[in-house]
Amino acid sequence: MKNETKEPFLKRLLDNTWLLLALGVVVPLLSYTAWGWIELLMVKPATLP
Amino acid sequence: MSNSALPLPAAGAALTRKCDTTGLNVCLIAERFIKLNAVCAVVFLLVGGIAAILLALTRWQAVHLLRVDWFYRILTLHGLNMLIFWILFFEVAVLYFTCTIPLNARLFSAKVAWAGFIQMLVGAVMVDYIILNGQADVLMTSYLPLLAHPLFYLGIILVATGTLTGVFNFFATLYVAKRDRTYEGSVPLVTYGATAAAIIAVVTLLHGAIVMIPTFTFSMGWTPQPDPMWYRMIWWGLGHQSQQVNVCAMVSVWYLIGQLATGAKPLNETVCRTAFLLYILFINLASAHHLLVDPAIGATWKIWNTSYAMYLAVLASMIHGFTVPASVEFAMREKGHTKGLFGWVAALPWRNPGFSGALLSLLIFGFIGGITGVTLGTQQINIIAHNTLRITGHFHATVVGGTTLAFMALAYYVIPLIFRRDFIWRSAARLQPWLFGIGILFVSLGMSFAGSMGVPRRIYDIDNSGAFGPAAHLMLGVMGLGAICAVIGLLLFVVLCVGTILFGARNAGRPMADWGVAQALPGSREGSLADDHWAVKGTIVLTGVFLACFAVYYFANWKALADVWPVR
Repeated sequence: MKNETKEPFLKRLLDNTWLLLALGVVVPLLSYTAWGWIELLMVKPATLP
Repeated sequence: MSNSALPLPAAGAALTRKCDTTGLNVCLIAERFIKLNAVCAVVFLLVGGIAAILLALTRWQAVHLLRVDWFYRILTLHGLNMLIFWILFFEVAVLYFTCTIPLNARLFSAKVAWAGFIQMLVGAVMVDYIILNGQADVLMTSYLPLLAHPLFYLGIILVATGTLTGVFNFFATLYVAKRDRTYEGSVPLVTYGATAAAIIAVVTLLHGAIVMIPTFTFSMGWTPQPDPMWYRMIWWGLGHQSQQVNVCAMVSVWYLIGQLATGAKPLNETVCRTAFLLYILFINLASAHHLLVDPAIGATWKIWNTSYAMYLAVLASMIHGFTVPASVEFAMREKGHTKGLFGWVAALPWRNPGFSGALLSLLIFGFIGGITGVTLGTQQINIIAHNTLRITGHFHATVVGGTTLAFMALAYYVIPLIFRRDFIWRSAARLQPWLFGIGILFVSLGMSFAGSMGVPRRIYDIDNSGAFGPAAHLMLGVMGLGAICAVIGLLLFVVLCVGTILFGARNAGRPMADWGVAQALPGSREGSLADDHWAVKGTIVLTGVFLACFAVYYFANWKALADVWPVR
């Protein structure tokens, strides 16, 4: 029996609170926080003139 | 996407009441915590509002009210009370409302709600006490190596963990509601928007914990000082992202009030929900705006986070900014108000303070806050605006003209429905959103124009430099007069809320007193415009005006940037 129509992907994504929560945490943590942190770690200590 | 309320289990019947206005089941535990959080929110709004007028009358150079030490103290107080405490307490109230009443659900746990509320209240009171005691003149950002009393940081940590506890209660309620099938289909759009706000709040509060805990331990002398550049980056993951929580909550309020006052339904719910998804994924990256002139982070990170990725969140705002008025126009035209492009505008329920507040919020947020935000967030343009009053002008249009006004508008429905008392002084209430909205508009414009002339933010006395002429002082005067008007509106709001809670006529057993809704003309029929693809032509024209304003402002700023290095 394959009469049941599967909901569109976008609707399933939009209705999946837990997936949205995971994506909402991971994307900014990677794009803003982790990448920014790495940039800061790569700054060499300033030397006195 | 729709939902329909199913009967609650019999065991839960004693824990709910039926709303006499909407017919929805109201969870009594949620109702208690909505009240507690809303009352605290208004108290902190009052504290922040008093601080606001003191600051405006100090930055208005002709008045210059406060002493220098008290200026920075009150600026710290204003920032934290307005941007953190008022907003977070009200947002927890909104979260508890949206996860229970529209879903016909009960709040997950009263104990968890108490735990969150007590943490937030103790933390907020602790912070305010330390500030007023003169032990935290470090401004809201508290950039290291400035150092405040340890209780200042501990208070902020408590507010953050308390809010996180409330957010946990929200998600747990959503889970239980879905498991128990208290609703069918997707959650309503207002709950969906609140869910997006809660998700953003999780990221925000995580950053708060990451940055504040080592700063607290440093202030206690237990650990070395965190790197100031690292502090700035992580702190803005708290400071700016908390304002993105506001944006989601504000947009949810726009949709809700549009529906309550005019019967508007989103033209396409999937598009609206997709716009919220774009917020969830990308809006938090806007924190990078604050680091655009920091030398330690590269241009790729800055441009990716403030431009390419961020524009997807801007797209979401433009979708909401179109959909809300378009859905209102559609509903009005279906009610028979079809004359010309804007005949429906005259028939809107302008005397309804909930509606007028929400619409003013949308206009101020979109036309002033949105346009300035995208422009100032452009890395190249930012160099002529960074740390000037233009930035302050921008976020007073978004957070105050947008979020605060939307929350005030919502209060005109929440208080009669949750406290079950009708508003006192209804004529004054109809005036209040206009007073506050017009006042904050002038605050924002005054700040923005003064900032365009180079007037810096967070500076006590600009006359020390001797660099600013009468035009800049005139604009600071516009800001000051706007602030007086806005604070009168704010105080009126507080008096109306407190007066209503204490002395308003009880509406238990009958519907709340009607603020006024859009009326249908004889012969009109719902669904009559279902196939009319030009039914929202007035909003399309308004969108064109908005985009034209955007283009003019954006290119004028590039011209101003080019003038910094004239090549002739």
